[in-house]
Amino acid sequence: MAEFQSYTMNFGPQHPAAHGVLRLVLEMDGEVVMRADPHIGLLHRATEKLAESKPYNQSIGYMDRLDYVSMMANEHGYVLAIEKLLGIEPPPRALYIRVMFDEITRILNHLLWLGCHGLDVGAMTIFLYCFRERENLMDCYEAVSGTRMHATYYRPGGVYRDLPERMPRHLAQPDANRVSGRDKAMDEGRDGSLLDFIEHFTRRFPGHVDEYETLLTENRIWKQRTVGISVVSPERALNLGFTGPMLRGSGVEWDLRKKQPYAAYADVDFDIPVGVNGDCYDRYLVRVEELRQSNRIIRQCVDWLRANPGPVMVDDYKLAPPKREEMKEKMESLIHHFKLFTEGYCVPEGEAYAAVEHPKGEFGVYLVSDGANKPFRVKIRAPGFAHMAAMDEMVRGHMLADVVATIGTMDVVFGEIDR
Amino acid sequence: MASRLESMAEALHARFEGVLHRRESSCGELNYDIEGSDLPATAAALRDEEEFSFATLIDVCGVDYLGYGQAQWRTEEATESGFSRAVEPGASTTSSASESERRAQEQPARFAAVYHLLSLRHNLRVRLRAFAVGENPPVLPSVTGVWQAADWFEREAFDLFGIVFEGHGDLRRILTDYGFIGHPFRKDFPLSGKVEVRYDEDKRRVVYEPVSIEPRTLVPRVIRDDNRYRPALRAEPGDGGGQVGDG
Repeated sequence: MAEFQSYTMNFGPQHPAAHGVLRLVLEMDGEVVMRADPHIGLLHRATEKLAESKPYNQSIGYMDRLDYVSMMANEHGYVLAIEKLLGIEPPPRALYIRVMFDEITRILNHLLWLGCHGLDVGAMTIFLYCFRERENLMDCYEAVSGTRMHATYYRPGGVYRDLPERMPRHLAQPDANRVSGRDKAMDEGRDGSLLDFIEHFTRRFPGHVDEYETLLTENRIWKQRTVGISVVSPERALNLGFTGPMLRGSGVEWDLRKKQPYAAYADVDFDIPVGVNGDCYDRYLVRVEELRQSNRIIRQCVDWLRANPGPVMVDDYKLAPPKREEMKEKMESLIHHFKLFTEGYCVPEGEAYAAVEHPKGEFGVYLVSDGANKPFRVKIRAPGFAHMAAMDEMVRGHMLADVVATIGTMDVVFGEIDR
Repeated sequence: MASRLESMAEALHARFEGVLHRRESSCGELNYDIEGSDLPATAAALRDEEEFSFATLIDVCGVDYLGYGQAQWRTEEATESGFSRAVEPGASTTSSASESERRAQEQPARFAAVYHLLSLRHNLRVRLRAFAVGENPPVLPSVTGVWQAADWFEREAFDLFGIVFEGHGDLRRILTDYGFIGHPFRKDFPLSGKVEVRYDEDKRRVVYEPVSIEPRTLVPRVIRDDNRYRPALRAEPGDGGGQVGDG
């Protein structure tokens, strides 16, 4: 029998399962991984340094580009840190809008994760199913912010504007005689406001999750590829700095939305799913259940937002721009607008750390302010960074094919890891 | 929440008196300064002892305090001399001597590492700040032996700020390019970097050249004191000295 010697293998950065730009140097013994050395930073854009060179509000857009599949959750962490330093609290309606969009974002993120993880491991159909629903949620992003992805919708003191009264349609003039059935299906649920559309979505979404589960949960191949792969014990998960579904998959019941509630999470009802074995399959089950729980939260937010109209931004022109009409008539509003957009606002000296339960884990922003209109130091604590650091420990002793399953289960996005 | 925070503060004070020095926080956080040499022992105690159990290291953040509290544009005289977008390097709005003295005391060294700890058992966070010893290179002991999570966070602080963590087994660059020179997040490193790359037709390879773009400031850094957002603890009477008037 031929004797194998250990050899080194390059995985990525141009590999479809590397989720972007991961370069993994693997030391192999035959087909078994002896050591994994991830090389990251190929997408490093110095977001933190850029944020230090700009007034506070101008960096919100950079946050969208960190984890570019859960955009508004990143914004939330950043505006929360600024609000903490300023000592301001947004109006309740803004808090509920934030919760609703955080959960829409969570579904967006988990759907992309589910589709790509499935695709990595060999399931093709799930990918197409997931992207079908993602499209509807992207339309919600577009309806409130004008863009499908990089929304810049959250602002310190609230959100940019209230929810639109009309949901944009695919067909400008629905003419029953001339449109095909497929076109009509695209406009399903879009007759009323954005809230009507979201409610329509929440009513059918649990059925879609059932569809995903019929494809994977009891699938023999799926279980063979994920059960018992990359097991992490709760103690190790804590020591490695795991957060979010990675920690809950190991059986630790920890969710910032419950334990350290922010925005309106204290007032909504939901459950935290936890795993038992800490393997890839448990983390899959946790995330799928989170899809259902997010749907539940969105439903409660829709009801609350219907019943409670009100302002969505603090009434303070030092932080929020005045109304367009006021600017045309009032000198003071014009000055406020000019100062806000040329110089910004000065944040009192001090430091603050604000964290949100991002779809991937704990996303935190640490701000150091010296009293200027720009932050002195911004540190972004990306959940994926700590997860990626555990790569070596998680794949050691596994086969090469399991490396792909492990990358998939970590839900890595290099926008946030490399920053 | 506040009472749990204070009982933790008392426990920390009782156990680590003289090691942890509490700093005021305007937003209800536990904020401590620590000597670098005390760090590994304190970290292990914070992780293992029941009343603390900070099992998770959330983040390690390098900070470069060069130019802290310095504005690029004087705001007090702006109304008399007219407005200008021009940047005055080093122009400080904190004109009074006591204010700059206070700031100098707060930052005994240029580089610091800030550790964010989380205790799941007590549902509390603690922040430790340790100033690095020396400047060339700044040195701190590593806490990788206590929390495995510190591995990459320390590599990042080394890469971006040049802080050397003694006892770290694998202190390589992590985010910057292979063969990168310098530490890009230091305050004296230009935002546009030092080199740019392009493909050279004649040499038929990618070449590195000094950057051709001039660094410029779009919005100058200004420091204004806005009473409304001043933390309550600093608005106490008798503590008004050193504060600049309302801009």
